Amino acid sequence: MQSIYVIPYVKSIQNVFQTMLQLSVDVGEPSSKQPGKPSYDVSGIIGMSGTIQGNVVLSFPTATAERIVSLFTGCELTHTHADFADAIGELVNMVCGGAKAMLAGEEVNISCPSVVVGSDHRVLGRSDAVCIVVPCTCDCGEFAMEISLRQVAAGSAATTTAA
Amino acid sequence: MKVMLVDDSKTMRNIQKGILNQLGYTDIVEACDGLDAMSKIGPYQPELLLVDWNMPNMDGLTFVKEFRSRGSVAPIIMVTTEAEKSRVVEAIKAGVNNYVIKPFTPEGLRERITETLARANAA
Repeated sequence: MQSIYVIPYVKSIQNVFQTMLQLSVDVGEPSSKQPGKPSYDVSGIIGMSGTIQGNVVLSFPTATAERIVSLFTGCELTHTHADFADAIGELVNMVCGGAKAMLAGEEVNISCPSVVVGSDHRVLGRSDAVCIVVPCTCDCGEFAMEISLRQVAAGSAATTTAA
Repeated sequence: MKVMLVDDSKTMRNIQKGILNQLGYTDIVEACDGLDAMSKIGPYQPELLLVDWNMPNMDGLTFVKEFRSRGSVAPIIMVTTEAEKSRVVEAIKAGVNNYVIKPFTPEGLRERITETLARANAA
């Protein structure tokens, strides 16, 4: 996967966190994720389709997620609260939406978000796409962005999407 | 003023509700998608709507078109992650009066709400 697909997500997550949470996000060196390695405890997942296909995951340790959600909602919400997953989903929705706008020349749709809460879960993307892990840090703690995308030619994007 | 918030995220609806309360608007009805909103617009008759785009069951653009096809002129602000110019144009053509891209600051949303209502009152 080319870095031009990672950079929009890095810029977007910094924009979303700064705008909505007043948090700066420091981004570490991206690397390939080992297949089968678990994510953190809380994962917000968005699917991408069109000329860029795959998924993007924001994954947090529970404590980090709870601090971030509390900032976002203005309420102390633990990971067991009914609205916790909704907040995580909306964060990943905004990150992916912002990145999508920066993917110039691409025809991309994003799915509604899904959220997984529980330790030792693994989010598996497409087998034909490399998963890049971008380590992130903010005042609420560390977390990671997992980007598993592949570019598809416009003609075959329609075929692939319809399949 | 009666305000309808249409967004599948309760978190986002709560944030918008807080901003509207700060502006003095407390008569607010929420809908979780376009279909839910369609079921409520008849009884409620909103005078201002904040509408998300990407929602299950019925997306925001489809809802806006349906809403306008019923002859309602209530101002609509689309609040969405869809940031491409083509999307903004598509929304304006469908009948949206103003557009806010997520993420937004409270000040930014307040300004757009105030601006939209001022334009609607001037018309």
